[in-house]
Amino acid sequence: MTDKVIKIGVLNDQSGLYADMSGQSSVLAARMAVEDFGGKVNGTPVEVVAADHQNKPDIGANLARQWFDVDKVDVIVDVPTSSVALAVSEIVKGKNKVLLDSGAGTVELTGKACSPNTIHWTYDTYALAHGTGSAVVASGGDTWFFLTVDYTFGQSLEKDVSDVVKASGGKVLGSVRHPLNTADFSSFLLQAQSSGAKVIGLANAGGDTINAIKAAREFGITEGGQKLAGLLVFISDVHALGLATAQGLRLTSPFYWDTNEQTRAFSKRFAERNGGRVPDMGHAGVYASVLHYLKAVQALGADGDGRAVVARMKELPTEDPLFGKGSIRADGRKLHPMSLYEVKAPGESKKPWDYYKLVRTIPAEQAFKPLAQSECPLVKK
Amino acid sequence: MSTVFGVPVQALLGQLLVGLINGSFYALLSLGLAIIFGLLQVVNFAHGAFYTLGAFAAWFLLTLAGVGYLGALVLAPLAVGLVGALVERTMLKRLGGMDPIYGLLLTFGLALMIQGLLQNQYGSSGQPYEMPAWLSGGYALGFMFLPRYRAWVVGFSVVVCGATWFVIERTRLGATLRAATENPALVQAFGINVPRLVTLTYGVGVALAALAGVLAAPIYRVSPLMGADLIIVVFAVVVIGGMGSILGSILTGFALGLIEGLTKVYYPEASSTVIFAVMALVLLVKPSGLFGRTA
Repeated sequence: MTDKVIKIGVLNDQSGLYADMSGQSSVLAARMAVEDFGGKVNGTPVEVVAADHQNKPDIGANLARQWFDVDKVDVIVDVPTSSVALAVSEIVKGKNKVLLDSGAGTVELTGKACSPNTIHWTYDTYALAHGTGSAVVASGGDTWFFLTVDYTFGQSLEKDVSDVVKASGGKVLGSVRHPLNTADFSSFLLQAQSSGAKVIGLANAGGDTINAIKAAREFGITEGGQKLAGLLVFISDVHALGLATAQGLRLTSPFYWDTNEQTRAFSKRFAERNGGRVPDMGHAGVYASVLHYLKAVQALGADGDGRAVVARMKELPTEDPLFGKGSIRADGRKLHPMSLYEVKAPGESKKPWDYYKLVRTIPAEQAFKPLAQSECPLVKK
Repeated sequence: MSTVFGVPVQALLGQLLVGLINGSFYALLSLGLAIIFGLLQVVNFAHGAFYTLGAFAAWFLLTLAGVGYLGALVLAPLAVGLVGALVERTMLKRLGGMDPIYGLLLTFGLALMIQGLLQNQYGSSGQPYEMPAWLSGGYALGFMFLPRYRAWVVGFSVVVCGATWFVIERTRLGATLRAATENPALVQAFGINVPRLVTLTYGVGVALAALAGVLAAPIYRVSPLMGADLIIVVFAVVVIGGMGSILGSILTGFALGLIEGLTKVYYPEASSTVIFAVMALVLLVKPSGLFGRTA
């Protein structure tokens, strides 16, 4: 190994509106992966460090540069907030290190902006659009109005869902772009209401989604016959809303803690060290991606050449207790099935965090954008 | 249907009403800030944290003691107000006579500590707080659906703001308070306990912030970040209204809610920055604020 230690940097939102679905819990997920691997790779110790990018691309980019140049970090993981992820991916490519992105949504990470040093692990806007979007259209929601958070992720999600809606014969009646971290959604919801659309698509995340759903209930929008489609919903969001408000909401995720024996066992261990809070899909992605990275470094016997490590990660089939068997495509897209869930009503929930019921599972090849349609320069002939 | 710059009149009326509702939060919060600055010359950066504490107090009362919304409306401001009085007694008092910047730094540090502790304990996405059943539902106004709870918030804020203004500007207690800030030695000579009056004032200002927190809990969530997100806006309101002007902060609070609402209709991307544009404009034209006294 290059410097007698393999250093993993968890870069995410530690204090803002995305802190629950990334934050310290992702740091814990990375630590657990290192512990479960045995703490060492071929005798070299593995260390985990963390920093707060505050959802700002410039801050994220500076932290990444400092980590590589000064602190000898070998791989950056998590990085929610698409705008930050894209900025960090560029730097990782320039320094020939590794980015394992779990928290960001933009499909550009494996599209136009794909990189031989980046793997996009957990989900992306295409998968969300084809999961929740197509399910909602299929159940009769054929006219849409979007509440879109005004940065890369929101725009990318709105575009992908609009494509799905139009392709299935539906219509998009309009959209409104709101600033990141908006407390009051009543104005935007009034506009959505007056559009007369059957479905209000929430192309946002975290605190923004929570506030929008709460306000929609308060203003009688859902009772008035319009449906909400939460396009990116985390279990921490459902927890904050409470089942009384969130019930019936449909969402797409590759991971739910209460899926099988293995996910339950991991989640129990995780929750014990996380103040009782179960892992979200982002945390699961951090755990699985770190585990696979360590396997690849072990197989390769070196961590210095980021491009070589990522190439080896793509060669090796993936297997971990949370996502099961899977693979990584040439464009850096990790493949696994996605599932469409529905949030339970308060009466259906039997234990703490018993929130989802499975509607259907979407096979990996349908869930993610086909390689043939990819704009990634790495796969263009 | 008639339109105003391309927006139907009905929709516009709805937006104005929503703006007024948000304005009532700004008014209630900036009122407490204005009192504390006007009477004690303390730039209370912990105001947002006390607002958050008010919401958390309501949540604690509900989950730990089963005390509902109405009880919280009384008990939470009392409890947080007491914390405020304690802060004044043990910390702010020691800064008396020093440059106000020390008070600002102290309260800013306090705010970060309160926010950090709550975030460590409860995460950032917050805790749900159910709306009381008798305030849920709403009225169909024709141009929009007005949730009963929001109507209640506006009415409640107007009453509290009016009452506070009346006490400070029109009663003997208020006159004593104002005199104590002008010339503490003289007022003390009349046998009035000025330090106690100062503690009381800070406590009341903090209690007003906590009251706004209780009002906000059912609408938003009980989240450690709720105060931090709001405090900068509230400071802008106070600066625009004129630092320390009670009436100024109330009227500006409501007015800025309206301006923000209109921005959300015509150019939503700018809705989080419009208040600061207004602030810059006002500072250029009238540096002491719209209702501020020029020194």
